[in-house]
Amino acid sequence: MSTLDSKIPAGPIESKWTNHKFNLKLVNPANKRKYDIIVVGTGLAGASAAASLGELGYNVKAFSFHDSPRRAHSIAAQGGINAAKNYQNDGDSIFRLFYDTVKGGDFRAREANVYRLAEVSNNIIDQCVAQGVPFAREYGGLLDNRSFGGAQVSRTFYARGQTGQQLLLGAYSALSRQIHAGTVKMYSRREMLDLVVIDGLARGIVVRNLITGEIEKYSAHAVVLATGGYSNVFFLSTNAMNSNATAIWRAHKRGAFFANPCYTQIHPTCLPVHGDNQSKLTLMSESLRNDGRVWVSKIKGDTRKAKDIPETDRDYYLERKYPSFGNLTPRDIASRNAKEVCDEGRGVNGGHGVFLDFSDAINRLGQKAIEEKYGNLFEIYETITGENPYQVPMKIYPAPHYTMGGLWVDYNLMSSVNGLFVLGEANFSDHGANRLGASALMQGLADGYFVIPYTLGNYLATNKFSSVSVDQDEFKKDEQGVNDLVKRLLSIKGKRTVDDFHKTLGRIMWNKVGMARNEKGLKEAISEIKELREEFWKDVNVVGSDKDLNQTLERAGRVADYLELGELMASDALHRNESCGGHFREEYQTEEGEAKRDDENYRYAAAWEFQEAGKWDLHKEQLEFEYVKLSQRSYK
Amino acid sequence: MSGTNLNLKLKVWRQASPKSVGAFVDYQVSVSPDSSFLEMLDEINNNLEKNNQDPIVFESDCREGICGTCGLVINGQPHGPIPRIATCQLHMRNFKDGETIYVEPFRATAFPVIKDLAVDRSAFDKIIQAGGYISVNTGGVPDANEIPISKEIAAEAFDSAACIGCGACVAACKNSSAMLFVGAKVSQFALLPQGQPEREKRVEAMIAKMDELGFGACSNTYACEAECPKGISVKNIARLNREFVKAKLKSQNVEA
Ligand SMILES: Cc1cc2nc3c(=O)[nH]c(=O)nc-3n(C[C@H](O)[C@H](O)[C@H](O)COP(=O)(O)OP(=O)(O)OC[C@H]3O[C@@H](n4cnc5c(N)ncnc54)[C@H](O)[C@@H]3O)c2cc1C
Ligand code: SF4
Repeated sequence: MSTLDSKIPAGPIESKWTNHKFNLKLVNPANKRKYDIIVVGTGLAGASAAASLGELGYNVKAFSFHDSPRRAHSIAAQGGINAAKNYQNDGDSIFRLFYDTVKGGDFRAREANVYRLAEVSNNIIDQCVAQGVPFAREYGGLLDNRSFGGAQVSRTFYARGQTGQQLLLGAYSALSRQIHAGTVKMYSRREMLDLVVIDGLARGIVVRNLITGEIEKYSAHAVVLATGGYSNVFFLSTNAMNSNATAIWRAHKRGAFFANPCYTQIHPTCLPVHGDNQSKLTLMSESLRNDGRVWVSKIKGDTRKAKDIPETDRDYYLERKYPSFGNLTPRDIASRNAKEVCDEGRGVNGGHGVFLDFSDAINRLGQKAIEEKYGNLFEIYETITGENPYQVPMKIYPAPHYTMGGLWVDYNLMSSVNGLFVLGEANFSDHGANRLGASALMQGLADGYFVIPYTLGNYLATNKFSSVSVDQDEFKKDEQGVNDLVKRLLSIKGKRTVDDFHKTLGRIMWNKVGMARNEKGLKEAISEIKELREEFWKDVNVVGSDKDLNQTLERAGRVADYLELGELMASDALHRNESCGGHFREEYQTEEGEAKRDDENYRYAAAWEFQEAGKWDLHKEQLEFEYVKLSQRSYK
Repeated sequence: MSGTNLNLKLKVWRQASPKSVGAFVDYQVSVSPDSSFLEMLDEINNNLEKNNQDPIVFESDCREGICGTCGLVINGQPHGPIPRIATCQLHMRNFKDGETIYVEPFRATAFPVIKDLAVDRSAFDKIIQAGGYISVNTGGVPDANEIPISKEIAAEAFDSAACIGCGACVAACKNSSAMLFVGAKVSQFALLPQGQPEREKRVEAMIAKMDELGFGACSNTYACEAECPKGISVKNIARLNREFVKAKLKSQNVEA
């Protein structure tokens, strides 16, 4: 079994990135425009990368399946973005942010990457303010902060409940400026369906023009994927309807290893499912846990209204079990506890939901203060449920939200395919087995603004490139492959709809590869997914043609990929005989029911190499913890 | 929360391609009041697919009212009858049993129909590309707290920045004017200290592009504000006009 080279620079952790930047080779300014860079995805990670690379003078081609870069899923992030500014003078530092992130990730992330993330976090805030991002401010005119799960300091910057929107619009404006300047050419409404590898180097992509149906080919010296996460494998998740795994999955099938696919984050504060035709789950920002108290009845099957349940019958279970973090325990712990009390029959009306109650905060701070902090979140809640959270407690339940797993990358964010770089949620890099709140926006922008401009330059400066043309055989072959796949999907003409398959897969994933997993369930999941995949290729009905806008066809391709990815997630979860972060194996827990890691045998990132659907080889990257001492996570 | 299903008649605009002639097609549905409007369309589409018919093309993504992708004209109103929400946030409990509902795309010369209910709003991107940004490169910027900004100004800039780029303002306007959208972006930067250096150039460039793309003039009927899902105020249009006049007076004239 081969080991992976993470290319972590030598030296003490505080100086690794600085030294590394100095040692990286630079591309002569005059030569930069001779290099073509493809950036797929223009969310936070992709837009910031494309804009920064354009500014440096590279010739950038950016792709998105959206009609505009401003629509990427990043837009929906509500709560905020972390940085180690220590503006609140409450003891924060780069080291503390690094420490919290490594510990929050349950010791399954690479220390060097996390340190760099914490280090550049401060530059991100500076950059965004300079772009005109209207962060929340205090009366004195300085930036305001709030606290978030898994941290005891106030380091989260926010723009009401729409932080992702404002950050993305910042990156979008920087990108728009480069489009205007001609350094970036934007190809929207294009879906990447294959990666072209020539002589071992990533040299291009094949996309479908979603309006005309045409299959198009583009070449470059390097390819950057920033295509987001894969929570939609569960069908119901907090992700946007169109978020999908296709770009990273097709790259995986061309040789990019997929790391830790089973690490998924189930977010504790989402609206509960209301019915069968439900299309997605809405997240209520975790920042609500700052002022909301989580509770259920002490009595099983209690159907009384919240206001009729007296204090003595209420169980504030997070405050009870985790007195020092209380309602602000990390996400995985909060989610699992919600599941536990509901499984006991103590959920709202005995069902799947717990209360998130603001009455104490409203009494303490006044309704106006609560409105200022969470006004738009309360409005969202009311439009969806028809209930007013100022008067009755919210009902919440966990839902799939974020995928820590993704394509394996080294310290330079390069995958196991030379010249293929992966940024943002699409890679596996910084969050280990569990991501802390407000850290994804930070990572996406760190990767795009402050890491890739350096590491990509080094790659270009140290490699020799033969000239390639989209008319050469490798491109034609991949184009043919994509065409064949499209034709095949359209020709099955079976009886079941694409959504029907997706929902069936989602149910398997949620029940057996969800919040709590066990050997038996995972084995069942693997065989059920295999069966479902076979059935899909025999019985799916994809209506319409390939010559114009066909949303059913788009979804069919994505579901076909989920049917392979789902199996890999289950296999990874089955192989990992320990519990860590978002991966909870029922067989491995402490007496108090907490995740029990096995550092001796599983202190590695599992990077899977694709052989064929259902068959993968495992590569291990051993993780060393020199700066944050391995310990049992405790939030008591 | 829930109640008995609603029986509704939908008249949905179907149009095969930008150039073809469209028409309303009738669909009879029975839907839970807890369902969202788009989930109802999902269900219709699922049934169409089961009968080997082409589903209705409509766009949506976040389904939380923030990405700006969805946008339907429902009974003559962009984003439907409830103020201050996007189409995806509209729930069926707001309709009455037996009602007939008309569903159409956002219509404007600058937003050509692609298919059925999907339109092309890339004109908005072009307006932003013309100057809707602050010209700073990555790196080398001052510390975020170096320039204090009062809480009020930051909040006002945020109110303008909350625009989701959906285009309802244009669809609501009888002249298809984009003044609310442009006004919101111009205001955000005009309010902030970081936006000052390019203040005049920005407004001139964005207005020139807006005119070039076929958006109409504003005749102060304020239908845009009424239909805007984010409550972007017409004060932004007033500021846009002031900014434009001031810029013209100084005129540095815009690069092409
Ligand atoms: C509801 C919600 C709230 C959140 N709140 C927070 C928060 O408060 N703080 C925080 O830190 N994180 C938060 N997150 C997580 C965070 O928003 C995401 O992890 C992050 O925005 C992902 O950014 P990204 O750039 O990697 O990907 P995305 O924003 O998902 O962008 C993906 C891009 O790739 C493109 N793309 C994908 N596939 C293809 C393809 N095949 N071909 C062409 N283009 C493609 C898309 O068009 C898009 O442009 C939240 C997430 C959700 C769901
Ligand atoms: S101003 Fe309002 S209606 Fe117009 S695009 Fe922005 S959010 Fe939509």
